[in-house]
Amino acid sequence: MTYTANEMMTVAAARALTNDDVCFVGIGAPSAACNLARLTHAPDITLIYESGTIATRPNVLPLSIGDGELCETALTTVSVPEMFRYWLQGGRITLGFLGGAQIDRFANLNTTVVGPYDSPRVRLPGGGGAPEIATHCGQIFIIMAQGRRGFVDRLDFVTSMGHGEGGDHRERLGVRTRGPTKVITDLCVMEPDPVTKELTVVSIHPGVTRDKIVENTGWPIRFAGTVAETPAPTERELAVLRDLQERTRRAHAGEGTAGEQAAARTGGK
Amino acid sequence: MARVLPLAAAIGETVRDGDTVAMEGFTHLIPHAAGHEIIRQGRRHLTLVRMTPDLIYDQLIGMGCADRLVFSWGGNPGVGSLHRLRDAVENGWPNRLAIEEHSHAAMANAYEAGAANLPFAVFRGYKGADLPKVNPGIRSVTCPYTGEVLATVPAIRPDVTVIHALRADRAGNVLLEGIVGVQKEAVLAARRAVVTVEEIVDDFGPRSPNAVILPAWTVTAIAVVPGGAHPSYAHGYYKRDNAFYQAWDGIARERDTFLAWMKEHVLAKGPDAFAVHARKAA
Repeated sequence: MTYTANEMMTVAAARALTNDDVCFVGIGAPSAACNLARLTHAPDITLIYESGTIATRPNVLPLSIGDGELCETALTTVSVPEMFRYWLQGGRITLGFLGGAQIDRFANLNTTVVGPYDSPRVRLPGGGGAPEIATHCGQIFIIMAQGRRGFVDRLDFVTSMGHGEGGDHRERLGVRTRGPTKVITDLCVMEPDPVTKELTVVSIHPGVTRDKIVENTGWPIRFAGTVAETPAPTERELAVLRDLQERTRRAHAGEGTAGEQAAARTGGK
Repeated sequence: MARVLPLAAAIGETVRDGDTVAMEGFTHLIPHAAGHEIIRQGRRHLTLVRMTPDLIYDQLIGMGCADRLVFSWGGNPGVGSLHRLRDAVENGWPNRLAIEEHSHAAMANAYEAGAANLPFAVFRGYKGADLPKVNPGIRSVTCPYTGEVLATVPAIRPDVTVIHALRADRAGNVLLEGIVGVQKEAVLAARRAVVTVEEIVDDFGPRSPNAVILPAWTVTAIAVVPGGAHPSYAHGYYKRDNAFYQAWDGIARERDTFLAWMKEHVLAKGPDAFAVHARKAA
């Protein structure tokens, strides 16, 4: 069965999630991976979006962090101050799932500016919840398509901290959570070195060469001593993902009657 | 005590040139009709405060209403950039826009501090991040009990907060349900508050005793604007118009297409134009 690099990325990310995770979900690729996990091997995973929706089970992927679908299918919905104070800062969330525009070798992320802050060449959206998600969740997964524009030697701006300057930098700042433990791309899976915290390739997706990973990384990327091959997506994983994305496309375009959507909801459970 | 007014009068009596204005609603219940009214009335030199500027502030910024923006995430959710915000920051069009940038946690805490009548908010945040280097309002305090250094930001105290709610009753009490965001805090932090609603009802009827209710004496003015959150949404009334959020990317990308859209859909229209989006879910 053929599949795209993007599908491989989403499937690899979904597999890293478990039933026991309480997961703070970013919009876009993280949301697709988290919901694929929920619809396949991790039906009891707890998904939380920063709009305040706790244990949500959306039938279609939300376009925004606060689509009505998230609230309607949630166990409960709390206010935004409560979400950030009691649940995130309170240490109730085991896993944060982030994307970014730029990442460096220590998994710090930039979603703020390209160029100087005061006169940016490109003004990006900014941090939103990420600065505190990055330090309060038990650990962080990052999902990003790999290329030289995104995987850079030096960030123009650190929007959210990964492993800072490497080593024990987080501990030195009094941050007790683990930080980024996995970076999942469309080419491979990276994990931080246990000591230096520099990102290291641990698994390569089928058909991808080491040269391609090197070409698409803006620093001299390291490979682990033993590098695995990521298992290709299964037929079931692809079918569930494609079904989810097709439902999502139709819903966002305003297609489909309420009845059809209700039928899809029943079928999805 | 809340007075029920036409939208033009509600905005005209409460929003003045140079005000600090918070128009909140976290994806849900964004007061777009009220934003259009501020544009039509030609307000200038506003400081606009909002966690997610969204399309509502893209429009106000592009029409030259704002001198300053206080925010924590300035994108079109799930779509990409807010092109008018970018054009103002990158090129100073239609005017230079000063920005004060925070994280979501900081702004949520700052609204809560404002509602609690405290001068600043304290929280554990910004560790290892660069925003404190570019925003001098982000400072720190040492905990007098543990010695831990914690982040602080000034409380948000708007001159006026503008929100959209589901309904008001005849007495002027206001009800919100669903994703309630930071609106209660934003209203209680402000000197004046304007609320647009889908409808006015005789009685709220059966509801959870914990529903978010803003009593009439916390609200300055109420305007009935059915559909007034569009393209955002109103829980139990109409859905978020995701197709419009996607279309906005093309409308706002260039200055001339943006201005033409604003002329046709905002300057030449009134709040009644939102009624087409209003419906009560079956």
